[in-house]
Amino acid sequence: MIEITNLSKNFGKMPALRSVNLTFSKGECVALIGPNGCGKTTLIKSILSMVIPSEGKIAVFGESITNNFAYRRHIGYMPQIGRYPDNMTIRQVIDMVKDIRASTTKNRDIATDESLIEDFHLAGMEDKRMRTLSGGTTQKVSATLAFLFKPEIIILDEPTAGLDPLSSEVLKDKILTEKQNGKLTLITSHLLSELDDLVTSIVFMQDGAVRFHKSVDDLKNFTGEEKISKAIATILKNQSHE
Amino acid sequence: MNRIITYIVLNIVRSNIVVVYTLLLAALSWGIFSVEDNTSKGILTLLNVILLTVPLVSLIFSTIYLYNSSEFIELLLSQPIRRSTIWWSLFWGLTLSMQLAFLLGAGIPIYVYAPPDVGLIMIAMGLCITAVFVSIAFLSAILTRDKAKGIGIAIMAWLFFALMFDGLVLFLLFQFADYPIEKIMVGITALNPIDLARVLILLHIDVSAMMGYTGAIFKDFFGTTLGMIIALGILLLWVAVPYTVSLMKFNKKDL
Repeated sequence: MIEITNLSKNFGKMPALRSVNLTFSKGECVALIGPNGCGKTTLIKSILSMVIPSEGKIAVFGESITNNFAYRRHIGYMPQIGRYPDNMTIRQVIDMVKDIRASTTKNRDIATDESLIEDFHLAGMEDKRMRTLSGGTTQKVSATLAFLFKPEIIILDEPTAGLDPLSSEVLKDKILTEKQNGKLTLITSHLLSELDDLVTSIVFMQDGAVRFHKSVDDLKNFTGEEKISKAIATILKNQSHE
Repeated sequence: MNRIITYIVLNIVRSNIVVVYTLLLAALSWGIFSVEDNTSKGILTLLNVILLTVPLVSLIFSTIYLYNSSEFIELLLSQPIRRSTIWWSLFWGLTLSMQLAFLLGAGIPIYVYAPPDVGLIMIAMGLCITAVFVSIAFLSAILTRDKAKGIGIAIMAWLFFALMFDGLVLFLLFQFADYPIEKIMVGITALNPIDLARVLILLHIDVSAMMGYTGAIFKDFFGTTLGMIIALGILLLWVAVPYTVSLMKFNKKDL
């Protein structure tokens, strides 16, 4: 579903991505992990065309995304720090996004999925303005918007940072359901323990390059560890000894 | 009109600054016309006031608005919408709102007091100048990520076009007073949208006769239909060129 070939990006002289090659397919749940500043967010923003790559290609559903905008109808994106127009209420933001989205297609009735509003208990606070919301509540709005149009690809940048444990569980359940529906999910996270029962493969990035891309089963068999976090730690130790 | 423009216009029209801008223009226009018993003199005074305030407010407000809508732009960018559509909608949203404020504030009193032909060209020029300076605001906002710098560039642009340019022209006039530079002056005027608008309006008022030989040359050029069309064309270029440059930059911008 997503093919990334030779992707490089420089911010000025600083390389943020160094010839990244990755392929993600249907039903996968991929965790992008790595230390701060390793290029995870830049990679995600490149897929969304928010960052224009210096070199390389990205294809979504076989379509190149260069000078293309329509492919974004397949993607739901939850940013790391969601920023919304301050003086709009939660309901207004959701309605506006729906309205604008509807105006981009000929078919004005697009199927939406607002189940997260219920699950996050946002229904009671729909009239609150965005600037009065706590970081966690803003994250809930971001998550709702990401799943709103039943996208085929869901990209979540640090989804659980700022969410309380209960809401994290709600979000994880949602991701699991969507995974079973055959959607592709990309998650970046620092909290490896959270990913255990969720992800099917792992991309480890460092200094803008992909260190490894392995399925969770391979990783566990290879290292003989049961926990993802330990497996990764083992691999990193081995690599640094080589 | 697309949905995004509607949302932007609704958002801007509700902001206090635009309401204050409309009331300010209204107070100035009604005030000047009711104090001045000679309509021609009233128009002249109002012209000078408008040519200072309209560019300033259009420029600074649009620049700040663009920086403040970075959230909105990010939100739209994750949707299947062209970047150029987003930029275009922002431009028209801002331009239409500022033009609406101008029409409500200054347009009505001008329509009531000024003779029809002068009033019409004055309103038209006000609308043009608004679009020109919104366009320049787009350029100054895209040139730098730093909001303070962007607003600084906008203020410098206003100072240059509203005040410094005339100083430079005067300086040139005195330096080359011995040479026949009247025709060149026509060309130089085109380099400043505010001057262009001012000349076009002045030529419709009787006072153009008082501008001496240069005034006669101006009347010769801008007074004809062809001259008017060329002048309007140049004003449109003043809208199109800064906007297009800013769009090219926006298409390549990393957010």
